[in-house]
Amino acid sequence: MSALSQRTIEAIRKNESQLLASWSATLDASGASRDSRISHGEFEGQTREFLRLLVAGSSTGDAASIASNEWSETRGFLEKLSRSRALQGFDSANTANFIFSLKRPLFDLLQQVYADNAAELAAQTWAISELLDGLGMHTIKTYQKSREEVINRQQEELLELSTPVVKLWEGVLALPMIGTLDSQRTQVVMESLLQRIVETGAEIAIIDITGVPTVDTLVAQHLLKTVTAIRLMGADAIISGVRPQIAQTIVHLGLDLQGIVTKANLADALSLALKRSGFHVSKGG
Amino acid sequence: MSAVRSGTQAVRVEQDVVLARQAARKLAVEAGLRLVDQTKLVTAASELARNTVIYGGGGDMDWALVEEGGKKGLRLVFRDNGPGIPDVKLAMTDGWTSGNGLGLGLTGARRLVDEFSIESAPGAGTRVTICKWT
Repeated sequence: MSALSQRTIEAIRKNESQLLASWSATLDASGASRDSRISHGEFEGQTREFLRLLVAGSSTGDAASIASNEWSETRGFLEKLSRSRALQGFDSANTANFIFSLKRPLFDLLQQVYADNAAELAAQTWAISELLDGLGMHTIKTYQKSREEVINRQQEELLELSTPVVKLWEGVLALPMIGTLDSQRTQVVMESLLQRIVETGAEIAIIDITGVPTVDTLVAQHLLKTVTAIRLMGADAIISGVRPQIAQTIVHLGLDLQGIVTKANLADALSLALKRSGFHVSKGG
Repeated sequence: MSAVRSGTQAVRVEQDVVLARQAARKLAVEAGLRLVDQTKLVTAASELARNTVIYGGGGDMDWALVEEGGKKGLRLVFRDNGPGIPDVKLAMTDGWTSGNGLGLGLTGARRLVDEFSIESAPGAGTRVTICKWT
């Protein structure tokens, strides 16, 4: 068992202000505390709070098992800390460094306290090292999880953002597709388009692929399925934004888009849609 | 044919197909391919990378910017250690698929590039090499 001895805890408690000072100095040297994203006062508060929790945890808990109940308050503090660091955009090394930079001041202190007892010094150094490693690891784990949450949220936002179905005219809907058409997104796109066709009673839907950089067989398959579904609902589909290089590629791939109305740009597609709906556009004056 | 620069990119999961495509586009621009040829090569790379993930269970894409007699080009090799293709001739038929795609990926890719070769045997994985010249 590698718990901190009473003597070590006592020493930490007595030298708290000195420890805090040298810890701050170490953090300053690495530039971690001189960041505009976090104020100096906030930083100081965090170092003081962590040291207090460290002493409190060590007095009751085992340094080797930070997963135990005695450390729950410390874990909670670190989770809050790494979450806020992740949101502020700090990297993982910076976040972990907050904990690891306490090693140096603590080891120095131990050396003074156990100058007469080498065996005890080694044991206590090991115990503190193990404890801080564990806590640092926990911080990184939480940091990672927070980042993943941020990424997941962004992905969902992107999914929503990328599927705006717009009404161009009475009975004419347009869907400007942008980026990669992987299967999950195409599913969302298709659903929202079909839903809007029901809601608006539109008769023509224009799918614009100007913003799709690559049309390969999978993308084509998704487009074909979407067009078939639109037709099953009694509406017509036009695919617009077929650029010359995409057209040549489709020919060489051997894709059969016969029976699907395609246009080079959205304006041509709208003009066709208006003609089919019986509208005549004429210049005034 | 001499390689000016080369490298390898992992193609393991669906998302890697997007990355492989982006890498292919960047390299195609660097090789000096025209816009139409860039698009053709990127589309072929997209097909082959997806095959590597879906049918090969993941693999790698080796790329090389090559030079020969004043011409520049981009060579891509897609290799996996998957189950392999039992009948390569059948697989190179338009409309034939062992999955649920359109069956145009391999044959389409061959038509999109200047050089195409495929090596595969059951249990020995698959290796497809394509090259596009300026």
